[in-house]
Amino acid sequence: MITIVDYNAGNLTSVKRALEHLGIANQISADPEVVRRSERIIFPGVGHARAAMEVLQTRGLDSALKEAFGRGTPILGICIGCQIILAHSEEGDTPGLNLIPGVCAHFQFQEKGLKVPHMGWNTVTVTQNHPVLAHLKPGDSFYFVHSYYPQPAEASHVFATCDYGFNFPVAIGVENLFALQFHAEKSGPLGLRVLENFARWTPC
Amino acid sequence: MLSKRIISCLDVRDGKLAKSVRFVDTKDIGDPVSQAQKYYEAGLDELVFYDITASSDRRDIMIEVVSQVAAQIFIPFSVGGGLRTVEDCSRVLLAGAEKVNVNSAAVQRPELIAEAARAFGAQAVVLSMDVLRVSPSPKIPSGYEIVIQGGRAPMGLDAIEWARRGEDLGAGELVVNSIDADGTKEGYEINLTRRIAEAVTIPVIASGGGGTPEHLYEVLTDGKADAALVASMLHYGEYTVSEIKAYLTGRGLEIRPV
Repeated sequence: MITIVDYNAGNLTSVKRALEHLGIANQISADPEVVRRSERIIFPGVGHARAAMEVLQTRGLDSALKEAFGRGTPILGICIGCQIILAHSEEGDTPGLNLIPGVCAHFQFQEKGLKVPHMGWNTVTVTQNHPVLAHLKPGDSFYFVHSYYPQPAEASHVFATCDYGFNFPVAIGVENLFALQFHAEKSGPLGLRVLENFARWTPC
Repeated sequence: MLSKRIISCLDVRDGKLAKSVRFVDTKDIGDPVSQAQKYYEAGLDELVFYDITASSDRRDIMIEVVSQVAAQIFIPFSVGGGLRTVEDCSRVLLAGAEKVNVNSAAVQRPELIAEAARAFGAQAVVLSMDVLRVSPSPKIPSGYEIVIQGGRAPMGLDAIEWARRGEDLGAGELVVNSIDADGTKEGYEINLTRRIAEAVTIPVIASGGGGTPEHLYEVLTDGKADAALVASMLHYGEYTVSEIKAYLTGRGLEIRPV
């Protein structure tokens, strides 16, 4: 059973619909006890980092997620869930969960004339093999909507990158935690495969 | 590199698919859910559903269509038509749409854009504008006027100015639909699309007039559009998604492979 963490951050139901379509048992929960005991966790989200962190703290979900991470529960972060696992986000100058060292930074493209948010389909390049991204081939595209991007402090925590003005990390992870800046649940059959891979992933 | 998006627009009336030609005649051409599924499998990048149901008491049919679509296709889609309040928008988003598409109601009450952007984020709010070519005047300096009611009611509002205002109010994307070109299959309104794309910093989706892959190429390059809407050329099977994408890729555009 996968628990989708409910912290008032948007796309929970799209993740749920995608899992239903794949026949993967899941539940949405805002209860820290359920999250703590869950065998597998998806931590999705769209919205504002500060608002997200505040809800996590109010509901006691921040410590539940940290505990679950510590005890080895496989966790998948998506979008905001890929950003607030870092130590800090520039969005609202917000401290994150600090499960991966690094920060979440805002796109600055004044001189290049690129639009922010980075929205649409972009090519994802795997830089380090990971079971969750095992099916990816060069040129595969995923759907993005974001103005901030994850910047882990250590290169060993980066598994895939994307080019929008420059190369930035879009899949990061450590041990039993993996996180995606793109929306796997809105990225067609290739995105569904990512979710399926996560459901089967046994971190070593 | 970020891809140029190919989006199809499905007009839905009373839960059935319809296609309008110059906003006058509409005829039913099938089931929107199975059509959406077909385009999803064919590799389309995004979908727009436009509810053209005449009577507002039958709008629940559309919510049912939206939830069926959301359970079966896993690409972004937006829903528009008849959305007048944040509550209307909230219903289609909860039913599974990624974005709402506001048009006439936003022209009549621009605060709707700001309210929706505050409630759901700018990325969830698409401002659609129907534009008619007119003689330039002090009121309409660009010669492009905003119209509503399917093109019947000119609003005395300059399209370039409205696009900028929409962005300021919090729209995350613009659909620029040329009433002159709509349904003609003679090509998009390149000049209009480019002028709006140059006036704003949010993505612009060109709409109206696409009849061949060449037309898409023109509007995605000369027209500076980020995405192109296609309707009849796909709906009537004149071209497939693969054919359109292969053509654009062959011309050197960044396109998501099917």
